[in-house]
Amino acid sequence: MIEIENLSKDYGPRRAIDNLSFQIDKGEVVGFLGPNGAGKSTTMNILACILPASSGTVRICGHDVFENSLEVRRRIGYLPENPPLYQDMTVVDYLKFTALLRQVPSRGVSAAVDRVLEACSLEDVSGRIIGRLSKGFQQRVGLAQAMIHNPDILILDEPTVGLDPIQIIEIRKLIQKLAEAHTIILSSHILPEITQICRRVIILNEGKIAAVDSLEGLTASLRKGERLFLKVRNSAENIVDQIQNVHGIISAQEEGPGEFRIDAELDSNPQDALANLCLQQSWGIVELRRTALSLEDIFLKLTLEEKVPEA
Amino acid sequence: MKTTWIIAKRDMGSFFASPVFYVIATVFLFLHSFTFLNLLDSFSGQSFQAERFLGAGMSLSLNEMVVEPILFNMAVTLLLMIPVITMRSFSEEKKNKTLVLLLSSPIHLREIILGKFLACTGIVALMMLLSSYSTGFLIWLGEPEINPLLTGYLGVFLMSACFVSLGLLASSLTENQIIAAVISFGLALFLWIVGWGVQEGSGVVGEVVTYVSVLAHLVPMVRGVFDTGDLMYFASFIFFVLFLTYRVLESQRWR
Repeated sequence: MIEIENLSKDYGPRRAIDNLSFQIDKGEVVGFLGPNGAGKSTTMNILACILPASSGTVRICGHDVFENSLEVRRRIGYLPENPPLYQDMTVVDYLKFTALLRQVPSRGVSAAVDRVLEACSLEDVSGRIIGRLSKGFQQRVGLAQAMIHNPDILILDEPTVGLDPIQIIEIRKLIQKLAEAHTIILSSHILPEITQICRRVIILNEGKIAAVDSLEGLTASLRKGERLFLKVRNSAENIVDQIQNVHGIISAQEEGPGEFRIDAELDSNPQDALANLCLQQSWGIVELRRTALSLEDIFLKLTLEEKVPEA
Repeated sequence: MKTTWIIAKRDMGSFFASPVFYVIATVFLFLHSFTFLNLLDSFSGQSFQAERFLGAGMSLSLNEMVVEPILFNMAVTLLLMIPVITMRSFSEEKKNKTLVLLLSSPIHLREIILGKFLACTGIVALMMLLSSYSTGFLIWLGEPEINPLLTGYLGVFLMSACFVSLGLLASSLTENQIIAAVISFGLALFLWIVGWGVQEGSGVVGEVVTYVSVLAHLVPMVRGVFDTGDLMYFASFIFFVLFLTYRVLESQRWR
């Protein structure tokens, strides 16, 4: 559905994205992840035919974004980082306008508007001026405009930025609903969002792909060890040293009063030995559990590991 | 073509939704009415005197003494106001990031530019229509020649369309509306005064400069001379400036 080959983009001397290549199949929900300035928005702008690439090719549904951009633009819905809203229009007028721009036949316009109003729960504010709506509603109007012509592909650039937690959950639910019928590319620098919505993650860092994998794949490949969490009642002074002496344990760190983060070798299962130690020293176990490596850790690992050779 | 109309309609709607249009139209009509009343007053005074000294049956030309000056006054007022009408066209869309919506929609850039051009000329045409009560009044009470009146209105309208295209060009260059207004005002005024320094018989350069000057084509039309050469000037001017606007917007994508 989307094929990107050796895509690069230069802003003057600065290279924003460098030799990206990947493919996205029909029906996939893909997350672009990366710190600010990693090239997420640039890539999305190229996909949406706003920016031309410096080199490389992008094909969407078999059409080149540069040579056949009208065909491509017919098939995508784009929500840029700043939703493109005319502040002085009412929600309904704005959506009608975007429907006509996207060449929804005039007979189908009001049906299309009703459909997105319902999908984005905007019925109650449909007659209000966009400039007077809260940020959360404005974001939803932005999303509604992107899906008004029922495009095959939705490109959403940081759809939840600047929203409060409740609004974030609402938008997230909406995107999950949309994922049933659309191919979605989503960018974010908020990690839990990606884990909840996307089945595949593309991690960008400084314009390059740091990793492309499914979430499980990423977690598995980067788990070089086990991480344990231990909480005890009676904290002794040399407790960290004693824990580190247990077989299979690489390091231990005190995270709070009586709380320790312990990294162990893979498959060494040091839980029994740790528990024994706690009983012997009568520290009083409150909690001992294995913690999974979160996407946050993976992300930091990937983006930091890259920097080490440069330094 | 349909999309052009959709964009024009939205732009016009945003004029009416904001106070901008009402303020501009009110000021324009006030200035127009003021000059109209003054001209009418001086005309009636002079024709009264002419009748007394030169005998009955001798009447002064309504066209020459009222219609022509009123059209020139209107042209100057529009010269001042069109930059304010056009300044937001692209600047505001860039500033509010709404241009992205147009650019990511399946429409040609030329349709966007044409739509905005239609919206602004439509606004100017509406203002001229509102002000035409004055000439309606003249036709009702006096007997002005109709043909010079029509060519005069057409000339002022075409001149306005030229200034609108200049305004769109200026607006495409910047996201600051004030800068856009100043640039388009400067360009329009320059086009107005560029022929002033040309002496009679100053050779090819003088002829070219005179040809470029908008006044050289506006004056004959207001005086009632209808020449296809003047029409060609206005048409090619508008086309050329809109083409420049197209290139500017397209090149901005590449940056």
